[in-house]
Amino acid sequence: MAFVQDTPKDSFRLGMLIYDTRYRSITIQVIVLVLFLAFLSWLVNNTIENLAAKDRTFDFGFLWSRAGYDINQTLIPYTNDSTHMRAAMVGLLNTLLSAFVGCIIATFLGVFIGVLRLSKNWLVSRLMTVYVEVFRNVPVLLWILLASTVLSETTPAPSDFRVTEAMQAAGEQPKAHMLFNGSVAITNRSMNLPAPLVEHGLPRLEFLGLSLNSNVLAFLIVFGASIYANHLLRSNARRVQEQTGRRPVTWWKSLAILLIPSAALLFALGFHLDYPVMTKFNFRGGMELLHSFTALTLALALYTAAFIAEIVRAGIMAISRGQHEAAAALGLRPGRTMSLVILPQALRVIIPPLISQYLNLTKNTSLAIAVSYMDLRGTLGGITLNQTGKELECMLLMMAIYLTISLLISSLMNLFNRAVKLKER
Amino acid sequence: MTEFTPFVRTDMLEQREPPAGQRGIILWARENLFSGPMNTALSLIGLVVILWLASHMVPWLLHGVWNANSLTECREIITATWGPDATGACWAMVRERWHQYVFGFYPMDLYWRPTLAFVLMLVAIAPILYQSLPRQMMWFTALYPFVCYWLLWGGTIWAPVVVLMGFGLFALVFRLLVSGLGVPVSAGLGLVAAAAWWLLVQTPLSAAIHSVLPVGLRSVDSDQFGGFLLSIVIGVTAIAASLPMGILLALGRKSDMMLVRTLSVGFIEFIRGVPLITLLFTASLLLQYFLPPETNFDIILRVIILVTLFAAAYIAEVIRGGLAALPRGQYEAADALGLDYWQAQRLIIMPQALKISIPGIVSSFIGLFKDTTLVAFVGLQDPLKGITAVVRADINWKGIYWEPYIFAGVIFFLICFGMSRYSMWLERKLKTDHR
Repeated sequence: MAFVQDTPKDSFRLGMLIYDTRYRSITIQVIVLVLFLAFLSWLVNNTIENLAAKDRTFDFGFLWSRAGYDINQTLIPYTNDSTHMRAAMVGLLNTLLSAFVGCIIATFLGVFIGVLRLSKNWLVSRLMTVYVEVFRNVPVLLWILLASTVLSETTPAPSDFRVTEAMQAAGEQPKAHMLFNGSVAITNRSMNLPAPLVEHGLPRLEFLGLSLNSNVLAFLIVFGASIYANHLLRSNARRVQEQTGRRPVTWWKSLAILLIPSAALLFALGFHLDYPVMTKFNFRGGMELLHSFTALTLALALYTAAFIAEIVRAGIMAISRGQHEAAAALGLRPGRTMSLVILPQALRVIIPPLISQYLNLTKNTSLAIAVSYMDLRGTLGGITLNQTGKELECMLLMMAIYLTISLLISSLMNLFNRAVKLKER
Repeated sequence: MTEFTPFVRTDMLEQREPPAGQRGIILWARENLFSGPMNTALSLIGLVVILWLASHMVPWLLHGVWNANSLTECREIITATWGPDATGACWAMVRERWHQYVFGFYPMDLYWRPTLAFVLMLVAIAPILYQSLPRQMMWFTALYPFVCYWLLWGGTIWAPVVVLMGFGLFALVFRLLVSGLGVPVSAGLGLVAAAAWWLLVQTPLSAAIHSVLPVGLRSVDSDQFGGFLLSIVIGVTAIAASLPMGILLALGRKSDMMLVRTLSVGFIEFIRGVPLITLLFTASLLLQYFLPPETNFDIILRVIILVTLFAAAYIAEVIRGGLAALPRGQYEAADALGLDYWQAQRLIIMPQALKISIPGIVSSFIGLFKDTTLVAFVGLQDPLKGITAVVRADINWKGIYWEPYIFAGVIFFLICFGMSRYSMWLERKLKTDHR
């Protein structure tokens, strides 16, 4: 008997580094590593040379110097004496605010449109198809520019709201009126809304260099606690139902638990609304919602809603007919079929792409540059960059912040995926 | 006793039409629009929405004015024709400025060059889009980038020709060495030879030939590009370059080699984690730090490179999804046939993985094409913001806003919608399962 001897010879030849699959991967990785390091050192070397040639240094010290510019929308206290770091924080919060509000609007609108697109009603499903196709196939920049232009060009100037004594005497009406019984005024630069104010507020909390509004904090704590109490009440009712078959009436109790503590707190703080009032040239008081914010957020929400609608539609369609039929066979009514059988399964399909849409929306808030909304790019990557000339530092810091937000959101998504993953075999 | 003769019908009656409420448009409307109180309410709301939109848009579109020289003149014509309260579109702006929307500030007497390049582009991409066309047309497709570059930017013809010779050199070295040294070494040496050619020989040689044989077109600067010319140049180049790069990145992410995998993951996650705007600003502000001093290369090229990197990371993720969806048996079958890595990828894995990922790839392409409008923020004249700002800065067209956005938006819509329909057609055509 003859055996085929195909075990490789032990002697190592140089050619085996290329031709032997056992060693080739090591060769390739070494080449890649060398090329990568060479590329990196080339970049760093160029940067050092360029910085030296421009007589610049690479340090982030400028972040603690005086910013010296104003920001028209600040969620935390900020003046032009604050530092560049503070300005960047204000910008970051503006970015997050726009992203957060945009995501909420986009979700509601997207689910609504996605469900209606599956409707048996021919007219409504066609209308929704038109919406989705139109919004998906046109650049989001167009929607932002259009929203901003329409808001600023079709609305009256603040002076149109003014009622002078001469006009009163002549019995003339001003050109523009405030909406909702004199509480909301839409001018060509902002929306003036009633502002929630408290009479005897709690002092601000200083915490790790951050200054927190303790009124909002107190409200959030009380409201969160009442939601938790409501949850306890409902789970107790479920337990009673499972034991006795009879569910105790809970609706008025949960309504009371949800509303009374918050209302009591607001009353104790002396909550009232501050209405915007027309003074000589502009509105005073109230809360000013800049059109730049509205246009950006609304346009991003409308655009993203079209994508979310497609995700929702695909998610519902991904559930096989058998699931509907099985639920019907169990005797479940259509509403309960949806909430107990279809949606829990559809959500598993819907949520991962939904979160990546949230991510896209958050990144797209950087288009604030089109409407001069002071987001992270407008403060850190805009005025701070231009004032200090620290292009490298500002851009790197900005990229790092965006990257952190993205990685945070996508790691949340991974956690969720792991939690809802089908446990197979 | 009378005899009953049972009545027996001998001939069939003509079939009668269903009652009026059970046929035709009424039946359709009852089933599709008014099948229940909920449905009826929805239909009515839908009708109200459509009527509201139509009442605002139809008169505006019908009153459109094409012949005027300014917005005020437009408004006067509309008031004169349709009454003082009438509104109407002022398409005269489009008639006067369409060339800027299409070509930007490209010299007017040279409009034939981008037009010819566009027509040739359609010829070049035809064999890629439709498999039934003769395969020989691919040779033209391979040559097209050089033709296009020369037509658009002009300059001496020898520059693209000498670049092309570099590819020839690569093929020559590969051919000569492949029998003796095998594929990896000869390809590597060929690449080194071609790189040396491009870095060292390229510029002096093309200048030398040009001085002897000056053949060329008038050169056009990058800052004269604008409008849809710019969008299509950036979009098409980035689309063509990002697909192969995305495939390589996806393979790198699935690779067994730890270092290759780590680098691919790092690159993909970094690019996907930052907004495109920051990358564009990198192109315009930071590349001057990263490149050797005194290098100053074209802004459009810089933008194209960054946009390509951006799209490649997204396409890599889409293709990774396709690779993951492929059953393991396919990989094992390829191994069992004795195919090596690249053969298996080329013959077994990629054709199937790409087919699965067609919808995702095309929607990345659509996203990329839409994102070309963002180049407005690094000072280029994109059709949406750049050219519209130019038009609106003109005293004649100050205050016009619906018309330019509708015009540019409709063109974007047609291109993107066409792309998505093509991908659906391709998906149906390539479908091999019989469900």
